[in-house]
Parts: sequence; C-alpha cells; structure tokens
Amino acid sequence: MKHAPRLRRQKAADAYLAHTHLPWLGAAALTTTLPHIYYLPAWLSVTVTLLFLSCAAQWRYGYRVTRAWIRVLLTLAICAGIAFQYGFNPGRDSGIAMLTILAGMKLMELKSRRDSVVLLMLCHFLLLTHYFYSQNLLTGLWLIFSVLMVTAALLRIHAAANVAIRPLIGRAARLILQALPFMLALYLLFPRVSGPLWGVPQDAYGARTGLGNSMSPGSISRLSNDEGIAFRVQFVGAAPPRRQLYWRGPIFNYYDGNTWRGRDFSSAAPALEKRGQPLRYVMTLEAHRRNWLLPLEMPDEVVGLASRMSADGVLYSAQPILARTRVEMVSYPDYRLEARLAANRRIDNLQLPENYNPRTLALAASWRAETADSRQLAARALDYFRRENFFYTLEPPLSGRNAIDDFLFNTRQGFCEHYAAAFVALMRAAQVPARVVTGYLGGELNPVDGFLVVRQSAAHAWAEIWVEGEGWLRVDPTGVIPEDRVSANAQAARRIAAPEFAGQAIDWLQQARYRWEALNNRWNQWVLGYTPERQREVLAALGLSNPNLRRILLALAIVMGGLLLLFTLWLLYPRRAKPADPALRVWRKALTYLRRKKGVTAPDWETPLALAQRLRSPALLHLAQLVCDARYAGQPPKISSLRQALKALKQSENAGGGTPPAKNRSKRPPDYLA
Amino acid sequence: MPFPPDFSRHFIPRRAPETGTVRLRQRRIYILPTGTGILFAVTLIAMLVGAVNYDLGLGHALVFLLASLALVSMIHCHKNLLGLNLRALENPPVFAGETALFHLLVTATGARPALEWQTDKADSRSPQTLDLPEKTAAHLHLGLDAPQRGWLALPRLVVRTRYPLGLFCAWAYPWPQARCLVYPRPIFTPLPPGQAVGKSGAGPSQEGDDDFAGLRERLPADSPRHIAWKAAARDGGEKPLLVKLFSGGAETELRLDWRYLNADVETRVSLLAGWVIRAEEAGCAYGLDLPGVQFAPARGAAHRHRCLEALALCAPDARHAE
Repeated sequence: MKHAPRLRRQKAADAYLAHTHLPWLGAAALTTTLPHIYYLPAWLSVTVTLLFLSCAAQWRYGYRVTRAWIRVLLTLAICAGIAFQYGFNPGRDSGIAMLTILAGMKLMELKSRRDSVVLLMLCHFLLLTHYFYSQNLLTGLWLIFSVLMVTAALLRIHAAANVAIRPLIGRAARLILQALPFMLALYLLFPRVSGPLWGVPQDAYGARTGLGNSMSPGSISRLSNDEGIAFRVQFVGAAPPRRQLYWRGPIFNYYDGNTWRGRDFSSAAPALEKRGQPLRYVMTLEAHRRNWLLPLEMPDEVVGLASRMSADGVLYSAQPILARTRVEMVSYPDYRLEARLAANRRIDNLQLPENYNPRTLALAASWRAETADSRQLAARALDYFRRENFFYTLEPPLSGRNAIDDFLFNTRQGFCEHYAAAFVALMRAAQVPARVVTGYLGGELNPVDGFLVVRQSAAHAWAEIWVEGEGWLRVDPTGVIPEDRVSANAQAARRIAAPEFAGQAIDWLQQARYRWEALNNRWNQWVLGYTPERQREVLAALGLSNPNLRRILLALAIVMGGLLLLFTLWLLYPRRAKPADPALRVWRKALTYLRRKKGVTAPDWETPLALAQRLRSPALLHLAQLVCDARYAGQPPKISSLRQALKALKQSENAGGGTPPAKNRSKRPPDYLA
Repeated sequence: MPFPPDFSRHFIPRRAPETGTVRLRQRRIYILPTGTGILFAVTLIAMLVGAVNYDLGLGHALVFLLASLALVSMIHCHKNLLGLNLRALENPPVFAGETALFHLLVTATGARPALEWQTDKADSRSPQTLDLPEKTAAHLHLGLDAPQRGWLALPRLVVRTRYPLGLFCAWAYPWPQARCLVYPRPIFTPLPPGQAVGKSGAGPSQEGDDDFAGLRERLPADSPRHIAWKAAARDGGEKPLLVKLFSGGAETELRLDWRYLNADVETRVSLLAGWVIRAEEAGCAYGLDLPGVQFAPARGAAHRHRCLEALALCAPDARHAE
C-alpha cells in the first residue's frame, strides 16, 4: 500500500466543512423542501420546519453533529409516523415524505464535504418531486430559483475560501445562463418516450374535477363555480358560431328515480350521416381521469389517440386521460345520427322507473292524446317551461321522492340538469325516445392567442330526442328560460352556458386574465404537452423530415457538439480584460468613441492630456483633466462627473465643434513637441 | 476518488523538468468526473426515469438543465487551469531533516479560484489551496522533506481543481526546474582548540568578544547578536537599543580540518557542519579544509554559507576518506 498515506490525507482535506457553508446548504435545502411543506401532512410539515429551525439555531450558536442515538430515534419515530400515515405499501406520496425528512435529517449530521454533496444531490431529486403536484408557470419559475440556490451551494463548497454572497450568486446565475442553450437543445431534441415505463401507483394523479359518469341533482351545479379549465381548443380556420359549441360528453339513458346513468349494451357505433363542411380543431384536454373525450357534436375522426365511439355516440379514448392530452379532431356540425333506431334501443330510451312521478306521467299522457308527433310534443314541453313560472337557480330546494314531479309542479326552480332530466322524463312518458347528454357549452375565446378556453363552469346538460327519419335531435330546455327568471348568483354561470350572449366589454382585468391564460396555454403546449408526437411535429416543422429515432439522435449529437464547440471557443478565447479602474474605463470609452466616430487613433504612449491638447478639444481636455485627477489628485473627482464629461464630449462633438478635421492633424506637429 | 487517479500514471508521459516559466496549455490538462460527478450522473438518470415514467414535462426540463450545467462546468473546470504560468524562484537552503520550502510564482490573466497544489510523490503533504485573484501573481511555498544533504530537486507537481461545481476534476503536471540546497544535518560537539593569532600582546582595553565590559548605543553595523535584549526589554523599547561591549583578549582562529576527525564520511560532514555553525555563533574566524577544497579563515554569513555548501556537496573519493 504505497499510496495509502496520500489517500488518508486527501480524505482529511475533503473532510473540511466550513461553518460558512452551512447557511448555503440550509438555503438550498429550504428552497427545495418549501413547496412540499404545503402538500405534506401537518405533523410532517411541522417536523421539517423544526429541523430547519434547529439547524439555523445551531449555525448561530455553534454547529455540532447531533448525537447518533438521537438521530436514530428521531428517524425511527418519523418512519413509523409515515408508515402510520400512508400505510406500509411504498407509494409516491410516502416516498416524497421520506425524501423531505431525509433532507431535514441530513442537516443534522453534516460532517464533511461529502455529506454536503449528498444533501445537495438529495435537493436535486426533491426538486423533481414538486412536479408531481404542480407543473404550472410559477413552479417553472421556482425551478429556476431553486436550481440557482442549489448551484450556488455547490459552488460555495467547491469554490474559493472567501466569496461574498452577491458574486457567488452572480457566478451561479452565469453558469445557469450558459447552460440554457444546451438545455433547450436537449429539451427539443432528446428523444421523448411516452410513459409510463412501469405501472404508475394509484396515487399518482390527485382528485380531478369534471363531469361524472352519472347524473344526480347537484352533480353539475357543483361545477358552476369551478373556474378550472376543462380543455382548450384551437380551430383550424374560423371558429363556428357559439350556438354550435356543444361539447359532447357522457350520455345517460337509464333513470332509477334519483340518478341518471349510462347503459350501453350495444358495442356498435351508430350510423352517422355527415352533411356540410367539416370542422377541424386541436383539443388539449386537461387530465380528468375518465375515458371520454369531449368533441364538438358530432365527431367523425380522431388523430393521435386510440378511440372508439359507443352506440350512444360518446367518444371514448382507449386509455383514461391521465395527463394533459392533445388530440386532433374533425367534427360535422350538420349531421344525422342513427336515422333508424333498433327496437331494443327504442325500448332502452323509453325507460322510466316504475311508481315514480305519477303527475309527470299523467301530463305527458294528456299531451300524447292530443298529438303523436315527436317534434310537436317537444315543442309542447319547451312551451310549458317557458309559460309556467320556472326559475333558473344554482340552489334549488331539495326535492322529495318524486323529484321530477316536485320540480315540474311545485318548486319549479332548478339548474340545467333538472331541466334536462325533466324534459327527458316528459318525452319518454310521451313515448318519444329521449336521453340526457352532459358536456360543456360554449367557451371563451382568448383574444391573445386565439384559443377557445372551456372551463368546468361551462358544464351543461341537455337532451336528445329521437325523431323518425331525422335521428337524434338536440334539444336544450334550459335555453328557453327568460333572462328575468335567472337568479342573480346563476347569472354568471348562465352567461357562459347561454348559447348566445351579448359581446361583453373586455375590461383590463379580463384582459390581464386572458394574457395570463394565453401564457399558461403556451407553457402547457410546450412544456407539458411536449409528447413524442408533438416532438415529431415540431422537428418536422423545423425541417427535419421523417424524424425517426436515429435521425433525432443524430440531430441531437450534431447540435450539442456544435453548441459545445461554440461555447468552448467563446469561453477560452482570450479577451482583453476591462481595466479595473473606473476612470480608465471611462477614458477607454472616450478613445473608442473618438476612433469610431472621428477616426482619431491615439498611440498607447500618448497621455490623456497630450491627446486632448493635440486635438484642441475643450470637452476632451476637461475629461482628460478629470481622468488625471481621478488617478493622481489628492481629492479625486466622483466617477459620475467623469461620465458627465464623457457625455458632454459626445454632445459637443456631435454639435460640430471641437476636433479639427482629420486631414489637418498629420501636417501639424503635436503641441507637446513645440 | 483521489486525483490524479493511479491508473493515469501508466499512460501520462513523464516529461523532463522545464526551465523558465511553465505555461499550462490544453494538451497537458487532464480532466475526469469526480465521485461527486458520478453521483450526480446517477441522480440525473434516476430523475430522468422518473420524469419519463410520470410524464413530467418540467421534470425533463430540470434534468436537462442540470445535465447542461454539468457540461458547462466541465469547460469551466478545464479553463481554470488553462494558461496558468508557473515560475520557480530562489529557495533558501535548509538543513537535512528539515522541510525544504520551494518558492514558486503563479500568474494568470483571469481569476483562478480553488487551485490545489501538491508534489506528485506518494508521501507528499496535504495539498495547498490557492485562490488566484484576477491579474495578480500569487506566491506558492511548497514544503518537501529534505532527508539528505546535497541538492534537492523539485519533483513533478500536480495542480488540480474541482471548481466550479466539484463534478469534474482537472489536473496537470507542471514541472518547473528548481532545486534547494540541503546542508548536512549538524552534530554539535565542542569546538576544537583554536590558535590565538597576532593581537595577543595588545592593551587590555581593546574591544573584543570575550568578557562583558559594558553597554553603548547600537550602531547600524553592529551584529544583532550583541544587542542587549534584556536591557531593551526592561525599558520597554522606548530608548535606543544598546549593544554589549566585550573586552577581547586574543582573536582566535579555528582551522576545521577534515583530517582531525576519524569517522565515516557522513558523520565527519555532520561534525564539521556543527563546528562551522558553532564557530560562526562564537564569532571566531574559521577556515575549512576539505578534501579538494580549502577555505581560508574568515567570518560572516557568506563564509558560513560557502562552508556549509561545500560540506553539503562534499563527495570525497575513497582515497581521501581513508
């Protein structure tokens, strides 16, 4: 073991952990754990906070590695707590909790540079775990800040002995800026693989709001205050008029007296007769953990996603929408759906629970006695809603066992789901096949980026009736309620839900909100929605034809190599250093100005005063005098006065006075020779 | 991972020491990832797998940003050594068994933080860290054990840096030519009897070095050895320094001769070195007789250095060694 002594000595040198490193390590750990404190259970957040506080106190009053038995006991206690909180199966949340605690505990036992490095690597990993919870723009900004802090800490423990805070942060920021072009190249060109690589744990996706797979009173009105975005749409070409913007979601054809459910026994897609012009659009769905897509009625083609259409005409994707998904779709607003209805499907769509809502059945039977025409019956029902004193409100009174009877004859207050359900029940009672459709209505066009934004608050329920020879026809019973019978708190919801609404003045607040959302949308399109398919599109747009894996890798290698070469040349190319003396810097600027604008070159040996005398320029003489004073006078002038003199020089030269023309200069000997 | 790694010795060529200024160019700077760098890479791979598995767009961005940072830091690490100039300066002689201090001047155009210097020897000391500020020279004093008399050559040096992020370590082997004279390790024995020369019949009041005779104010030419430090300490350094006066008897002259001694070469050299030092301390004039070289009796630092240098480099052949 000839080299053993050296090894030991080197370890001794590495074992050095300066007291001044501690605040940097603490700050790095704090920036990376801070967002988690919000998501962790309260007792864990408190524990982590206490660990940080104790570290800060130790820094103030002298740091000592916490005794081993305390650390072991504390770790065991916290592990037990985490096991109690999350159960024993390792999941994502429990893993993050463990990592956060580890970072806090590591602050208790910093002995050497090695410990600091381990802590900082842990910080890097913790940074990644933020994005399980949030990936919005603010999180992105926080990413930059935390990377800056962790890099500064790494720099601190490997840099010179004494570096002040600001230069250190500056150096870290410069490193990050220099890394950005490489990062962009990697981001665009690194071959993307669509996850998951293995089974994602069940808790990977938090609770999401949105439409449900059944409809009971309140299931849609609970969304009316949810300003969360359901999806965004970009039309290829002009956007259709608002009255066509019915986004078709799940369909319910079975009513048990309380809840509407979808019962789809047939697997064949319905016959769809397309008419008129198709509408092409790209939809970016937010994750809603369900299978349905929300196309414009009636969809025909889906690009970029495996999907199928149910017999009721609901479009389902093969996989649940677990992440923000981009789909290209083609819809035909003018269509005829299922012109022939099979006998069993007719029976399915006439179903009503037995021994419920007798008054409704009686009313429908009286209408049926007058006419057998489906369209006239529907008009009759809509007329009933319009004529009788029906109110549109978000907080309808509770209904009893016969919910539809209560709504139609007693309370007469409800939200769109009540109207749709009552209408469908009336139609079915009158022997007209009908069903409830849920989805979204309308949307806001963001004038900043031209995307149509559809929020959860635009959730809506309407009805479809089947007419012989016409197929399924859309009927929206909510639309017939006059404006004066809409309650105040439902106004906002109604305004969005209404098929046509008056062009509202866009105030600055709305404008700001549009801008923010456009920014977020761009962020989503580029950061979150950058899937393998999107990568291929972007690369094709950038001129990389037929981007397969090999070509992408080749492009990545070329771009990275080129960037590295450029960066190395730029960094290693010797540059003339700026003089440290600010007075000299001002003087050099003046010389540059004279050379560029006046063609005056001053040899290195010429002093400022000599040059000023040679050029016979009073402004330059003033500046030269100030420069000399700054260097040699007992009371040096302020640097601001030098800058002013430089400005005055430029102004006087531009005004035309000052320097004699260049040609005169060479003939005359310099003054200082005389 | 110790740097430079041991395996690198097998393929990095050893050059001869260079005279003049040694300039580090890119061809002689080596760079490898450190243990921290490997840990960082493993962390990044784990993070990438996580980002892919959970489809985290921002996670991809983070991983790529960190990877780019590592790449950028690699170039910075290399740059930290590039264009470094190293020049060996004069080194003061030391005695065998002491630590020889090699004095080197380091210059560069830009700032060069966190440079670690070490001699490339298995038993070298812990590295010296040097922060070179912008456009400044820094002096480096590298200690090296001097076990033997003679010339001690500066071995090959290692300079390494982990700046900025510790993910990479760049190192180089500068080898400026420098040497340090190592005097023999002295063995102190009583001085041999000297011969009184010349002045023995002079008056008793003549100044000499033997017996204390009083104090007078110090003149610039006086040896610091004769300053009355105790007196200076008593009056707190406010008064001018005083010098002890000695009334001298005869001036003694010592002949330190190789042939007086009967031992092996190293012992003889050590004994003679001890005598030279003692004689110089005592203020006697002393001459040195070595095989092949003689110094006439004299005093003073230059004479002492001449004698010790001759002793350090003394290599008598078998004929003189007897």
